[in-house]
Amino acid sequence: MDFELSEEQVAIRDTIRELVQDRVAPRAAEIDEKAEYPKDIERLFAENGILSIPFPEEYGGISGSSVTICMGIEEIAKACATSSLILAVQALGSYPILVAGTEEQKKRLCPPLASGEKVAAYALSETGSGSDAAAMKTRAKRYGNEYVLNGTKQFITGGSVAGTLVVFAQTDPEANHKGISAFVLERETSPWQAPKLEHKLGIRGSPTAQLVFDDVKVPAANRLGEEGAGFKIALAVLDRSRPGIGAQALGIAEGAFDYALNYARDRKQFGQPISSFQGIQFMFADMATQIEAARHLVYLAATKVDAKAADLTKIAAMAKLFASDMAMKVTTDCVQILGGYGYISDYPVERMMRDAKITQIYEGTNQIQRVVIARSLLK
Amino acid sequence: MRELAQGVALPLAAEVDRDHRFPEEAVSAAAEAGLLGILIPREYGGMGLDALAFALCIDELARACASTSVIVDVHTSVGSEPILLFGTEDQKRKWLPRLASGELLGAFALTEPAAGSDAASLQTSARRNGDGYVLNGTKVFITNIGHAGLYIVFARTGPGKRAAGVSAFLVPAESPGVKVGQVFKKMGLNGSPTGELVLEDVVVPMANRLGREGEGFTVAMRALDSGRIGISGQALGIGQAAVDEATALMRRRAEEQLASPHPADSLREWADLPTWWGGQGEEFWLADIATHLESARMLAYHAAWLCSRGRPFTLAASMAKLHCTDTTMQVVLDALQIAGEEGAVSGSPFERHVRDAKALQIYEGSNQVQRVVIGRQLFR
Repeated sequence: MDFELSEEQVAIRDTIRELVQDRVAPRAAEIDEKAEYPKDIERLFAENGILSIPFPEEYGGISGSSVTICMGIEEIAKACATSSLILAVQALGSYPILVAGTEEQKKRLCPPLASGEKVAAYALSETGSGSDAAAMKTRAKRYGNEYVLNGTKQFITGGSVAGTLVVFAQTDPEANHKGISAFVLERETSPWQAPKLEHKLGIRGSPTAQLVFDDVKVPAANRLGEEGAGFKIALAVLDRSRPGIGAQALGIAEGAFDYALNYARDRKQFGQPISSFQGIQFMFADMATQIEAARHLVYLAATKVDAKAADLTKIAAMAKLFASDMAMKVTTDCVQILGGYGYISDYPVERMMRDAKITQIYEGTNQIQRVVIARSLLK
Repeated sequence: MRELAQGVALPLAAEVDRDHRFPEEAVSAAAEAGLLGILIPREYGGMGLDALAFALCIDELARACASTSVIVDVHTSVGSEPILLFGTEDQKRKWLPRLASGELLGAFALTEPAAGSDAASLQTSARRNGDGYVLNGTKVFITNIGHAGLYIVFARTGPGKRAAGVSAFLVPAESPGVKVGQVFKKMGLNGSPTGELVLEDVVVPMANRLGREGEGFTVAMRALDSGRIGISGQALGIGQAAVDEATALMRRRAEEQLASPHPADSLREWADLPTWWGGQGEEFWLADIATHLESARMLAYHAAWLCSRGRPFTLAASMAKLHCTDTTMQVVLDALQIAGEEGAVSGSPFERHVRDAKALQIYEGSNQVQRVVIGRQLFR
């Protein structure tokens, strides 16, 4: 067992940390308030190679390691959860190609993503198909060398701004989840519509779109895997992306924790800093312990992804579950430590608390994580 | 270790708990297998393994029998390791081989009736007398009492205030004036004797002072840092045992249920649920506790990893001890809840785990003290 980062990973982390401090942190409150997609941050990440982290060198990237992806997401999320999703969704939308694509597909589809020219998104959920992904209604019918897609996807992170979109659709509705196939849509050739963006509790700058497919044509060469392999691909991708959500939750919690820790040192009541009260110290001791436990679980899961370990599904679900539940608790307690100031938007911790909530919900609700974990224990 | 734990310690676990007796057979078997010298280097007759191996061994033992695990844990960490870390070459040559072989069982005598969490206020005195010291005082809650061959005793040597006046001594059990006081009847860990160590004019030669005069508190705190890794391992073992037993029990109940079909079964089949399974309430519990144990395990391994690399690990060890023991307490309570009445009857492993696990939140620094340690490091 090794708890050490490589020199390369440390260098990447330090670069991201500096960039986030200088350029992302000052924008975070505004991004949240205006609920606008931070295109400037996307470009910043593209120019500095951050969007190329999810890809191995042979496909134009700089890493492809889940540990490095998680490190990046964590660092960004410390300051701005919305911005961390730009990297997280770049990874999520690319995993299907990297996991199930042919060599030709990877060589063709990955480089524009790795260069940051395009961002990716992942479209699985529908209004009537959330936790129960197999109930999806979107249809893909084959006509010669292409498929025609019809249907509506719901809650698609970055779906309105993506240039490359992985869509799951039924090619054989009779076969339930065994009839689902995966497709890569490129905006120029297979345009989709995003008529509606949701108003949300948190991650407000990250566009959550309803996507409509109205006779959208996709070349058969853009189908990932065999027909009917889509559900398996979707699950394999979620196994790999869940540590990233764990890392996001971890970063949000750390951001709130660091802020509250400094606040507690400065804030004086009864003639002394509130950090001198044992009741407050114990809150910090518990939070720090929970954060540390989540950190090790997240990076254990990322290591398992990189090693393609047999118990990857279970550990990835554990990391996502534990880190997101932890982040909800820690950010709530950080608001508590700041008291009335914690509750107002002049201070960042209320935003972090709102941002934390989604990590318990997306990429498989925490109830689904528990099902996944229990099933793998009882197999 | 797993073989020994499952083969020797496990079959004794219920009996040593019921009869409050020392698990002699298990401790002897551990000695024969060389497992009483896990951390002691080979040149002193031990196995020369690191903190991570130590944590794994205690984990395995605790999974079988918590009493046996605490005996071996205290012997190995706080009862022997200080000699390795602070002893002179002569002291190491004299004592470590005898501790590694199990000829002597180690023990650690810091706590006093009025000095628990506030260990620096201890009152046991060590008066200089010729070429040695004379020790007087009473130590309390001493694990391995009566069975230990060597006690590491902390006593006040100088007028130095609080921590600065404390020194450590190696006190063989057979020294005149060393007496076993009251041996306590406890809630759990009944196979592990806990009691008072009474020191009446005990003469300790200069050669048996461990570390410099006034260095005793440093010795104690360093010993407890790695001791906490052992306690974390112990918590993981007890927690895992409770999970395994609860899972087996759910499986058995489900099989019994299958043998006598229930109207709900048709619904179950329709919903494509695993037919032997009790329900999502239990399924979610299992998922939560397995997740929490895994996070606790990673904290413990991280602390052990830092320790074995010679890096600072005080904070990590305190976090590990806090999280592992709090998690295990919750796990054993929940497991008993799932087992229901059959888990609550005496002799059931479920109720034993609850009684055993509680001690872990208290000893080697209560979890409140761990929070103080962590809090201080954060606000340093």
